[in-house]
Amino acid sequence: MSAPSLPVIQQTAGKGAAKAAARKRGRGNGGGADRRPGWVTYLVLGAFVLISAYPLYFTLQLASSTSADIAQNPFPGFLPGGELFSNLQRVFDADIDLVRATGNSLVVAIVTSVSVVFFSTLAGYSFSKLRFRGRGPLLVFVIATMAVPTQLGVVPLYIVMRELNLTGNLLAVVLPAMVTAFGVFWMTQYLDSALPYELIEAARVDGASMFRTFWSIALPAARPAAAMLALFTFITSWTNFFWPSIVLGAQNPTLPVALKLLQAGFFQDLPLIMAGVVLSIIPLLLLFVVAGRQLVAGIMAGAVKG
Amino acid sequence: MATQTAPPVGAAPLGGDDRPPRKIGFRQTLGRWDVKVSPYLYISPFFVLFAIVGLFPLLYTGWVSLHEWSLIGGQGEFVGLDNFTFVLGQTFFWSALRNTLSIFLLSTVPQVVVALVIAAMLDANLRAKTFWRMGVLLPYVVAPVAVGLVFSQMFADGSGMINSLLGQIGIDPIGWHKDVLPSHIAIASMVNFRWTGYNALILLAAMQAIPRDMYEAATLDGANRLRQFFSITVPMVRPTMIFVILTSTIGGLQIFDEPRMYDATGLGGSNGQWKTVTLYLYELGWNKQQLGRAAAVAWLLFLVIIVFALLNNFLTRRIASADDMSRTAKAARRSQRRASRDLTRRVKQTSDAAVPAAAPIDVDPR
Repeated sequence: MSAPSLPVIQQTAGKGAAKAAARKRGRGNGGGADRRPGWVTYLVLGAFVLISAYPLYFTLQLASSTSADIAQNPFPGFLPGGELFSNLQRVFDADIDLVRATGNSLVVAIVTSVSVVFFSTLAGYSFSKLRFRGRGPLLVFVIATMAVPTQLGVVPLYIVMRELNLTGNLLAVVLPAMVTAFGVFWMTQYLDSALPYELIEAARVDGASMFRTFWSIALPAARPAAAMLALFTFITSWTNFFWPSIVLGAQNPTLPVALKLLQAGFFQDLPLIMAGVVLSIIPLLLLFVVAGRQLVAGIMAGAVKG
Repeated sequence: MATQTAPPVGAAPLGGDDRPPRKIGFRQTLGRWDVKVSPYLYISPFFVLFAIVGLFPLLYTGWVSLHEWSLIGGQGEFVGLDNFTFVLGQTFFWSALRNTLSIFLLSTVPQVVVALVIAAMLDANLRAKTFWRMGVLLPYVVAPVAVGLVFSQMFADGSGMINSLLGQIGIDPIGWHKDVLPSHIAIASMVNFRWTGYNALILLAAMQAIPRDMYEAATLDGANRLRQFFSITVPMVRPTMIFVILTSTIGGLQIFDEPRMYDATGLGGSNGQWKTVTLYLYELGWNKQQLGRAAAVAWLLFLVIIVFALLNNFLTRRIASADDMSRTAKAARRSQRRASRDLTRRVKQTSDAAVPAAAPIDVDPR
């Protein structure tokens, strides 16, 4: 006997039943890949997610123990100990200014994100919607630069920054990251499909200048993609270590640089270091809770690689 | 009243006629310039920035590498290729190159394989899809520096967490920091921890673009899940896999954060067991304060990356063509087998049919 069609189910058994039936049948209407997977799949995925989350839990455990506890038992118990707040307090009392480092990281990440979004949208608008000589080759060039390991230019970049008296200055970290090839490419892709020419033409006919058209038409239209770009730029900036550790030094660190200092200065005091790690993880973890869906969607929409 | 509100006829239009033409003319030129220049103006920030912080430093690295150049004193005398011969003569450089490649392989190969499996599982019709996708991505928001700190503790020599776990199944403690290969495994596991789920999502996106009727057809043909995975999913996501491998090549060969955080000193272990090339570059430039030599290392690493990108390209092409060849061969064998099977069936049918006489031969049993 064949199963009744979905509209029939909806009429006879209600919307919920129809939805459930649709889900049961899956997208392909019985196709092999759309059957509900068995428990093995859930087991493997569950194990993978647990392994992914365990190091974070381990960090919390170490951060809430005492050094003596850890020395006694390398495999901390199931529940975290009760020393978390005293350890955090000791981090704040340490001579490495983690509060300042957090502030620095925040400033750098926000300024970088805003700048990357603005300049990338500007360039993406131009590449996708404006007509000019050399557009194609220039866009290819932008994409090609993504494969250039610019990190290897650190030596001259450092020399330049020192000439400009910018070592130890947050500007030295912000400046090189103000617009990225990936951002330009991403916004070009998005605006190409999301912004109709009619809107631009209408604005132009109404007498808007080129920049005004960009500002009032393209920028609002780019908002969804811009938000994702900002999210990824923020994370990349927040976790960035190599260049900041070279150019900032110990006087004015960002958070990752401060963690290195903490590790070097207190290597025998593990709970203190781990409390610092906990502090550094919390902001992005919050971001993950709030915007995790968008992160997933962003990665799947365009292959992003930080 | 009415006459007052009416505009004065004659005077105003005359005066207005005189000026606007010039004004409109100016505005038109301005407008034309606006249209012509704006596109270039809008894309210029990227190009200017790339020239200053991307291209110029990369080229200038070559210039620096030909000089004696100290961190404090600045540019010294021209020394030709001395920096290169010095670096190439150091055992540390070669061991750093070996370490980098070893860590790179240990992180890329398992990562792509596991990501592929996880992606295939996420591609199934799961309950609570978003939860699983987010769960897989969780490690991505942890900074490599933090990962390094935590993992260096998990992989502590003697009685660290991993070692005591191994002890419970009867394996002797491993010198995760002391020994070369174990330290590479530990560092590779940090990279894998952070990127496997991320790459799984990229591959998942590619998998979702595969037309579902391919699976349906395969199911009808009697292919099981495993067979479908190897014969449909993997070949269809190969371009994305190549992209993932290429980006992890470019990033993986420059690995710095994780090995730097693997111990408190951060220079790659007492014997340079896990000193990578970028770590060596850092040590030469900012620890030994010889920027010229650091620049030489940067150039050498640049070369290595280019070689690997080309090798990657070559290998993936070879694999692709070999794969196609084996597939055509297999298909040919399969069709041959099917033809012979058909033949025997037909022969049987005719012989069976011969008994009750006039049965139609060409009835398809399906």
